[in-house]
This record gives sequence, C-alpha cells and structure tokens, in this order.
Amino acid sequence: MTNELVRPEKFFANRFGMSESVFERIIGSALERRADYVDLYLEYRDAEGISLEESIVKHTSKSVSQGVGVRVCAEDRTGYAYSDEVTIDRMRLAAEAARAIADQRGERPLSVRIGQPAARHSLYELESTPLDVPIEERARLLSEIDRTAREFDPRIVNVMASFSAERKIVMVVNSDGRLAADLQPLCRLNVTVIADDGRSRQVGSYGGGGRVEYRHFIESERWREFTLKAARQAIVNLDAVDAPAGEMIVVLGPGWPGILLHEAIGHGLEGDFNRKRTSAFAGRIGDQVASQLCTVVDDGTIANRRGSLNIDDEGTPTSRTVLIEKGVLRGYLQDRLNARLMKMAPTGNGRRESFAHAPMPRMTNTFMLPGESTPEEIIKSVRNGLYAVSFGGGQVDITNGKFVFSASEAYLIEDGKATRPVKGATLIGNGPDVLTRVTMVGNDLELDPGIGTCGKDGQSVPVGVGLPTIRIDGLTVGGTRA
Amino acid sequence: MPGLDPSFAEWVLDEARRCGATATEVLFVSGESLEAGVRLGEIEKLKSSRERRLGIRAFVDQSSATASTAEFDREALKEFIAETVRLARLTAPDPLSGLPDPALHPHHLNDLELADNEHGIIEADRALDLARRAEKTALKLDPRIRNSEGAGFDSSRHEILFANSQGFSGGYEATSYSLGVAPIAESDGSMQQGYWYTTSRRFDRLDEPESVGRISAERALKRLGARKVKTVRAPVIFEPDRAASLIRTLAGAASGPSLYKGASFLIDRLGTQVAAPNVTIIDDGTIRGGLGSKPFDGEGLLTTRKAVVEAGVLKTYLLDSYSARKLKLQPTGNASRSVGDAPTVSPANLYLEPGRYSPEEIIRSVREGLYVTELIGFGVNTVTGDYSRGASGIWIENGELTYPVQEITIAGNLKEMFMAIEMIGNDLVWRSSTASPTIKIGEMTIAGA
Repeated sequence: MTNELVRPEKFFANRFGMSESVFERIIGSALERRADYVDLYLEYRDAEGISLEESIVKHTSKSVSQGVGVRVCAEDRTGYAYSDEVTIDRMRLAAEAARAIADQRGERPLSVRIGQPAARHSLYELESTPLDVPIEERARLLSEIDRTAREFDPRIVNVMASFSAERKIVMVVNSDGRLAADLQPLCRLNVTVIADDGRSRQVGSYGGGGRVEYRHFIESERWREFTLKAARQAIVNLDAVDAPAGEMIVVLGPGWPGILLHEAIGHGLEGDFNRKRTSAFAGRIGDQVASQLCTVVDDGTIANRRGSLNIDDEGTPTSRTVLIEKGVLRGYLQDRLNARLMKMAPTGNGRRESFAHAPMPRMTNTFMLPGESTPEEIIKSVRNGLYAVSFGGGQVDITNGKFVFSASEAYLIEDGKATRPVKGATLIGNGPDVLTRVTMVGNDLELDPGIGTCGKDGQSVPVGVGLPTIRIDGLTVGGTRA
Repeated sequence: MPGLDPSFAEWVLDEARRCGATATEVLFVSGESLEAGVRLGEIEKLKSSRERRLGIRAFVDQSSATASTAEFDREALKEFIAETVRLARLTAPDPLSGLPDPALHPHHLNDLELADNEHGIIEADRALDLARRAEKTALKLDPRIRNSEGAGFDSSRHEILFANSQGFSGGYEATSYSLGVAPIAESDGSMQQGYWYTTSRRFDRLDEPESVGRISAERALKRLGARKVKTVRAPVIFEPDRAASLIRTLAGAASGPSLYKGASFLIDRLGTQVAAPNVTIIDDGTIRGGLGSKPFDGEGLLTTRKAVVEAGVLKTYLLDSYSARKLKLQPTGNASRSVGDAPTVSPANLYLEPGRYSPEEIIRSVREGLYVTELIGFGVNTVTGDYSRGASGIWIENGELTYPVQEITIAGNLKEMFMAIEMIGNDLVWRSSTASPTIKIGEMTIAGA
C-alpha cells in the first residue's frame, strides 16, 4: 500500500474500480424488498507480526485481507452476506443473499444518492505507521527486550516478545446516502517472561500499544518499562503465597484493572441485550446501581487509544457516553439497529471484527472518572484485604449479571500495608451491585497501556479500559486458602 | 479463480523456489457457510459467506516466514510470494527449523468421512425451521421461560489443500453442522440463561431440535433461585462438558511449544504419575467423522491415536516436528495450522476414557459438595497449574442435588486436581472435539460468602 492510495474515501474506487454509481446500484438492489436500511462495508487490511523466543526472532508473518459485507435490516431482522472477492458481481450476489431477510412483498426499488463523505474525528493522523519501520528495526527491539529482561534477574529463563502492527482501510456506504471512510492503524508490543528459581516457576506479562507511531515505544523507553514490568511480575510471583478464599475488601490498582467496569457494567449496557431485555440491567436507567463516588464513561474519541475510532463500523462518528453518573445508570451503548428499535440515538458503538461480521453494540474505551482519595490513603484504610494490580482476562454472564476477572499480580493488605504477593486468583461479583460497594475512589485515573481485546458472539475487537485506584467493600476472591 | 487444483499449488511452490526459497509449504482453504438465527419465533438473522485464503510458509535455509492473502490475481500473488521470501531472509536462522523429515509423509491418506456431501449447506428455510423448532420447544416447556437470546442453525463446508516442496500433497473436504438455543427463565425478578447445542460433521447425526430445546430450557430453569454458599473445601463434581474443559487444560500443558518454552507444569514429567491411576486420556485424530479428525496434520504428517495419559502416567507429549526436534522426540501428528500462522500444536479428538460409575452414583458419594454446570473466566495458569474459575451449579447435600448456587469460584492446582480424580462416570458422549464423562475431584476450595 503506497501513500497515494491512503485517502480512504478514494482507496476502494482506485483499487477495485468502484464508483459511487456502483454502490448506488448495489444498495438499490439490496433495498428491492421492504427493507429499512442497507449498508455496504468494504475493508482492506494488511498486517505484520514478528516474534521472539529463546533469544531468537523465530517468526515473521504477513497477511493481506480484503472483503465486502452487505447488510440488509428490516425491523429487527438482519440479513448479512460477505465475500472476500471485492467485485461488482460478488457484491450483487451478496446483496441478493442479504435481502432474503426482508419481506417478500416488493415495493418499487428506492433510489439512493450518495452524498459527500461524512465527517469523522481525526484521532490518529500518523506520519507513519510501524509497518513503515523496517522489520529489521522491529527485530532489533525484540532482541533488546530479551537482553533487558534477562539482565534484570538471572532467574528469568525465557522471554517471549512479539510486535504486531496493522493498517486497516474501511468504507461504509448506506441507504441514507451516507459514505464514510477511515484509515485505522493499530499496533501492540507484548512481553511475556518465565522465571524459575529451582523451586517454582512463574510467568509475568506486560504490553501496550494503540493507534500510534513506532516511536511511541521508543520515546521515554516505553519498551523498557513494559519489559521490566513483565520481569518484575514473574520474579515477585516466585514468592507468592496461596491466595485467600472468600468475601473480602478488595483494592484495585489503576489502569488495566478497569476490566472490572468492562465486565461488570459495560457488556450489560450494550443496546442489543437491553432491547431484548436479556441483560440484568434491562429497564434500570435512572436506578442507583453504584455508589455516588462512581461515574463511568465509554469514550471512543481519545486520541491514539487502542479502543478509539474516528467512525464506528457503521460510519457513525464515535462519542463519549456517560454510562453511570454519580452512581445513577444513565445510558446504553448503541449501534444503528438497536438505537432505531429502541428509539434512541446511535452512540457510535456499532463495531465488527471484520467484513465477515455484522456490527453489534460494543465498547470503545471504558473507564471511571477520578475521585479525591490518594492511592496511599486507600490502601492505608484497609486492615485486611487484597490489593490487585494486574489482571488476565474476564468474562460476564449478562443475564444473571455475574462476572469474573482473574488477578495475575496481587498482594495481601495487612494493617494498611500491601505485604506478601499472592498467587493468581479469580474474583467474582454481581455487576448490578458491585459498584454500590465502592467506598473510595482514587485521584490517580490511568488508562490501560493498550492491550485489551474484547470477545462477543465470536467477534474480537480492540478496546481500552481505565480506572483510578478504588476500594470495594466485599468481593469474592477465589483463592485456595479457605 | 483458481480452485483446489494441485497444479495451482505447484505453481506457488515453483514461484517461491524461483524467489530463492529453499523449502515451502502452501495451504489453500476455501469455504462457504450459512448461519440462520431466530428469536421468539421470528427470523432474526441470515448470514451467508464465501471465503478463500492462501497461506504460505517459506524457508530460506533455516530462516522462515509465514504469510496469507486473499488476493488471487497472479501478478499480486507473485509479489506476495516474493515478499514472503524476503521476510524469511530477515528472520534469524533457527538451526532446528524446517519441514518435517520427508520419510514421515504418508503415501496414502484415509478417507475419514469428514464431509456430508449428501446435505452440504442447509438452505435458509430449513435451517430457520430447525432453529425455530428448538426454540419453540424451549419456550413452551414452562411458563417461567419468557424470553430468549434466540436459536441458531449453522452449516459450513470447507475444502483444504496442502502441499510442500518435498513432494507431499493432500487435500480433504469437511462439513460441520450445529444447532444451539439459549432460552431465558425468569422468576422473582431474576433471570437465568440456559444454553444447549448439538454439533456434528453429518447433518443426520445431530440431536433432534426438540431435544436440544428441552434440555436448554431445563438448564435455565435449574438455575433459578441460585444463591451463594459459604467458603468451604469440599468435593467438586464436573458435569461432562465442564470436565472436558478440564481435560483440555492438560493437553495444553502437554503440548510441545509450552514445554520447550518452559511454560508448562508438565516439564520433565514424561513417564511419571500426573493423574490418579483411574485416569486414561486418549487423543485420536483418526475417528471417522470426528469433529477433531483430519487425515493429515498441519505439516502433512499422519494423525494418530495415542494415550496421552495411561493409568495416570504421562505417556506422550503432543508434538509438531519443530517442538519434537527441540525435545529430541518424534512428532505425534498434532501440528495444527491456520492459514496465516506457523504451525502450532493442538489435540485432535481428546477424551477421558469412561469409568464404571453412573453420574447418580457419583453424586450419591458426596455428603456435601458442588456439582458444577457452568464455568466462566480464564483463571487457568498452564505454567504453574494454578486453577481458579467462576462457577455455578447445584449444591449437593447427603448425596442429593439440592439448590442451585452461583457467584462462587472453585480453585486448586491442576497437578493436585488430576491426582484427586476419585471417580469417573460411564457417560462419555462426543459433543465437541474434546469429551469427558462426569468426574469427581476429591477436594477443591469453593469460595463464596
């Protein structure tokens, strides 16, 4: 992909010879039956990965994918068809397959006129992406990470580092005549280390990235910070004692522990589950679902973040949505289909993994606004509890509201001090009431370093989370020490 | 458009050789699918797809790169192949890398009956009808079933062609059908979802939609009124699907890449007791029509049947040829390959051999404990064996299932948990590529209130 092709509105026309009149005809054909809405989604993505283990850069990979998806919506029904051949014929076939969802009784085909490209944010206008950096340079960085981790402590016995980067060009054209396009860079650096002291073997991981240039990792030696955090976590865990089991006071550190909000609150507020009333939060707008200290937002408009987008995958500019304001449930995350059926406005949260998927309401960057306590005050306030600073993944059952997230670095709090490290443990709680137990919120809001991937109904999308240090009075910790 | 044509594979291999590759693999996958969904009796979605992708792995001596594309224009392909070879040159040489020993490639491949060509892709009306029947049964079963996340019927068909520059080439077709339904039960203002499914490579081996619907509704109803229990150490019984997820963690720790990277709790445990003596775990890639069966693995080696654990003793690791060379062992035909990535390792059809107890006998043996029906989260650490997951299920008192429980965790360490498998059920049923009968673990920590 060369730079002259990078104006996203023109990319597909140039590359595949498609004009606006082609899109108008395909949309017209998809609308032949009684449909409410049609969109075409075109995508071109190229990605490279490079990885190191055992001090050798063993794998490099490259992929190019492209495709077109045609969606037809009629009331609450969705027809979707896609093909990885971006040709007029394939698009017409896809349109015919997708419109099977709509009512058989045909009306006169509507004519669609495509207007000027729609507005979008400018959240990641990069001078270059990491794909433009010679792969040799990326390989050298991984070797430097390997050396740095091993130098940190002789008990580090293996280092696995990887760097992945992609550039995605998307264009959405819909039956309102709206055309929107975007160029979306994304990259991520990951470091995992194994430590072994002869008695025990432990793992530590850290990483980050976003819609950023390569120098993001070089400036202020972010790569070194990632490496040392992974190494330190593995070494600390060598001395970890069994985690406690049962309900206790839990203090969550800032940043990535915000995965709590993603699982406990975010999924349950996605429009589709609430329209269908299958979420534990259905019909609860205006209810007190958190303590007054808690204000939670989903914001897709933060520059260069992994979860940010100029437009969502339906062409709607992303926005900042207040989910919980001072403890009161305020809003849902919407795509166009669910917003229309619920008579609400789309919030720019219609996202999809690729052209092979129809969009759904998804989160972008979900975080809690800072409070007034210092993190030191919060830890000091706890006599006996758990201080969890790093997590693996989480999951939620949106219907009964129960959610889990798994700590990968945590410490006991004894008499107001974080003391011994404990082994990894899963924390479990109830989404609609966990935040009512938040009794202190820190002034140290951090967003995660850019590592989150959210899965829903088989589709993965990059997301962000964030949290200040918070104290939760009562969360079940799933350790082994009963 | 090139089809599944060996001459096309030859062209790719020649082109790679011309660019300087010393060895190359080519993988071509094409497929189509139709997914049909209904909710509360009405059509909710229809999704149809066609895809094809080409993947190559190119070696320049001991350096390699993997790449994939969906652009099939010959000029674009030439550029793509040249770029992959260039990428391989930039990768560091790894003395143990390379294609498998050519003597290990099979000359003859068995037909494992992976494709149901009689049925192929199930057309939309029929698929919708099957989904509707399953959901309707669920909705009619009990007045407390008032809502649904819907029901879906999916069918897909794939063709795979694989060839390498040392003369192996093979191909096969596979189909897959699945029907799932997720009704929601409600009482006293709280809701619970039930989910059940059936899946098979042959359309006529699926369970009846009415049976899937009935079980899904029963599973939702059983969860109503669930509460938390006090934190306790007690026996835990895993129902078959949950037991299968536990068996699968052992295969992860026994896979070659985890071992040579130092990321497994089974390092240096070959030939030693890793589970209770009643535990035998088989991996079999050769089962006719099996969901995890393949005639050859991701490197063109025959898939095999072997005991991973026999009478509690770890008998073999699961290996591709790279991890086998690293560990100075022979590959086991477990290389798994997606189009865009270098081979990794995965089990084929993995199962715990059934024991002699009925599930009822196992439940009767527990005075106080947990019968697990759902697990959530990712709290399994293959490096240390630490295990901690969110659970729900039914509490057992005096050998009987009593009330449902939720918002609890179960925790232990896999090294101890496998040694503590006290009873194994006689109820092995293949429902996915990993299967297990009911199992009972002597003691775990159950964290609740």
